[in-house]
Amino acid sequence: MKHLLPWIVFALLLLMLPWLFPSVLGISILNEMAIAIVFALSYNMLLGQGGMLSFGHAVYFGLGGFMAAHALLGMELGGPIFSVTLIPLVAGGFGLLAAVLIGSFSTRRAGTAFAMISLGVGELLAALALILVSFFGGEAGISGDRSLGPAFLGADFAQDSQVYALAAVWTFVSTLAMYLFTQTPAGRMANAVRDNPERAAFLGYNVQRVRLLSFIVSGFFAGVAGGLFALHYEILTAQNLSTTTSGNVLLMSYIGGVGFFTGPMIGAVVLTLINSVLSHYTELWLLYLGLSFVLTVMFLPQGLTGLLMMHRTPWRRGRLRSLLRPYLLTGIPATLCLFSVFALLEMLHQGSGSVMFFGLALNTEQPWAWLGALLLAIAAAYGWRRSLPSLREAWRSASQEDAP
Amino acid sequence: MIDVLIFATLNGLVTGLLLFLLASGLTLIFSMMGVLNFAHASFYMLGAYCAFSIGQYTGFWPALILAPVLVGGFGALVERYGLRHVHKSGHVAELVFTFGLAFLIEQAVQSFWGADTKNYQPPALLDFPLFTLFGQDFPAYKAFMLLVSIGIFIGLYWGLTRTRTGMIIQAATSHPQTVANLGHNLPLIHTLVFGAGSALAALAGVLAGPVLTTFPGMAATLGSIVFVIVVIGGLGSLTGALVASLLIGLLQSWAIAVDVGMADLLHWVGVEFPPDHPLKDIWRLSLPQLAPVLPYLLLVLMLIFHPSGLFGKREG
Repeated sequence: MKHLLPWIVFALLLLMLPWLFPSVLGISILNEMAIAIVFALSYNMLLGQGGMLSFGHAVYFGLGGFMAAHALLGMELGGPIFSVTLIPLVAGGFGLLAAVLIGSFSTRRAGTAFAMISLGVGELLAALALILVSFFGGEAGISGDRSLGPAFLGADFAQDSQVYALAAVWTFVSTLAMYLFTQTPAGRMANAVRDNPERAAFLGYNVQRVRLLSFIVSGFFAGVAGGLFALHYEILTAQNLSTTTSGNVLLMSYIGGVGFFTGPMIGAVVLTLINSVLSHYTELWLLYLGLSFVLTVMFLPQGLTGLLMMHRTPWRRGRLRSLLRPYLLTGIPATLCLFSVFALLEMLHQGSGSVMFFGLALNTEQPWAWLGALLLAIAAAYGWRRSLPSLREAWRSASQEDAP
Repeated sequence: MIDVLIFATLNGLVTGLLLFLLASGLTLIFSMMGVLNFAHASFYMLGAYCAFSIGQYTGFWPALILAPVLVGGFGALVERYGLRHVHKSGHVAELVFTFGLAFLIEQAVQSFWGADTKNYQPPALLDFPLFTLFGQDFPAYKAFMLLVSIGIFIGLYWGLTRTRTGMIIQAATSHPQTVANLGHNLPLIHTLVFGAGSALAALAGVLAGPVLTTFPGMAATLGSIVFVIVVIGGLGSLTGALVASLLIGLLQSWAIAVDVGMADLLHWVGVEFPPDHPLKDIWRLSLPQLAPVLPYLLLVLMLIFHPSGLFGKREG
């Protein structure tokens, strides 16, 4: 019962969210989240669980998506007609096929060599996508109509909310399947090969075959995500299998935390929110995203999930309350510092004229605006630094085990 | 036909040697620290942008020196306060860090310099055709690029094999512990090499800015190609980097110049194909179309069949 609880919560969340955010935009963001969750989880099968850093995971996402778009287009042009609930399966199958082909040579080694091959394959496909027009559709891409298949339980999937229901079911099933994979001997061996390939080889395991199996399963679920993407947007372009998309999924997984199964899910949710909400408020959102990614790699190698999980010990010992004061003492100057740095960046970006920043009109022509922001940034940074030792001390005493 | 080939060869040499300026720093940094620096091409882009901005006040020539110095200093700071911090989390984290840095620099350039192409022109002193062959001009600026690149290559070769500093750097790549035991400051060497590599990349950017256009995507267009070069040449091999740079430069230049397609080839063998054939994209492929694909194809083939590259040592 205990390990069923997270799944029940997850299912309830998937069920409740469309009632909480019923607007067109809300449903659309939820769909994007579902797609991102499946994609990021499939990516973490490689990076987190298999130790394979890929710079070309969008290949399987994109190829699956294109296949799904062709299947949708085929219904329009007199091809086989089937329920669109099965589209992700078609896409996943194609992603799996691509993963079998490419994985057969790319999984021979992990580490830098694997990363390089994945980058090469990714760039190769991205360049080919612009040449092979009949499959990838060139500049215009491939678009299809998702409402042409036979109705399923009375839904024809013309509406975004119906697509959400479909995406939610597929997301739940895929997440469950990927979690169960980590519990199988193959999933366990993937971890072993990640941590010590030589030892695994000495135990008699074929290291490449272990990696290949993870790679293929990962390719399948990346394809499923691509299929959901095709259903949601009804169009695929070469952009979807470019290295930008591959980089994006790396960002999601890393910011969420690659060491945890739930990490990429949290990363996917956070990044989708940033993507669709923050971009309304500032033109510099990609800069902030890059900044937070670099800072995450430097100071939070375990990602956001790692940050949350760190608090398990203090929580178990009932010491979480003792952390509140040091957190506030550090958090206030840190927030002020970031606030003023962002103000400086926004002013720098604006160049001339005034810029609205949290309801504050900053005039870039006025030297005091620059000076004020700069002084505040320096003062807050000083306060931030001064507060760190006491935070460290409080953290140590809260998470230390009591002497028996 | 012969005039096209000659110009393709000259342009290929210019591109190839430019690529070498980037690849040499990248491969040196890799052999010393084991990090494939994703942000290397970003330093190249920063070089071009800095030179453009500095050049508006001082003109081209001071910018040619100042921009690489500035970017080199920035690179040294990145190594000292960024990369060294991440080092303890392992190679994958380092690779991810440089990837994030490349993303960040691209966004920063787009935010503060703008997304448009900058009007970065070659200096007036070099803005004339050096010679005219078959009615086609060869700009003096390209000859200047060629000259600087060759000069840097000779200087680098001499510096690494004939000077004391070069010897220490070489020793630091092969026997880091011994070098440290002899009392050399190994972390400082790393910082300096990283800074010097970044400065070389920036110099390439200053040179290439006027020819290959200065825009926020310039790092991404060249970055992967430079990776291809260091892998094909053999990771850590300077000779390999030179050969592979020239190979890729010439290959791409020739492929664009020679307009031969599958259709011509099939026609020559005596096979015709219907224009509405389902595989028509493949039958219609031509060499100029394939030019951007060739380096990656070469990379994948190399990694499959001869993973250590042309001049690389066997992997340990």
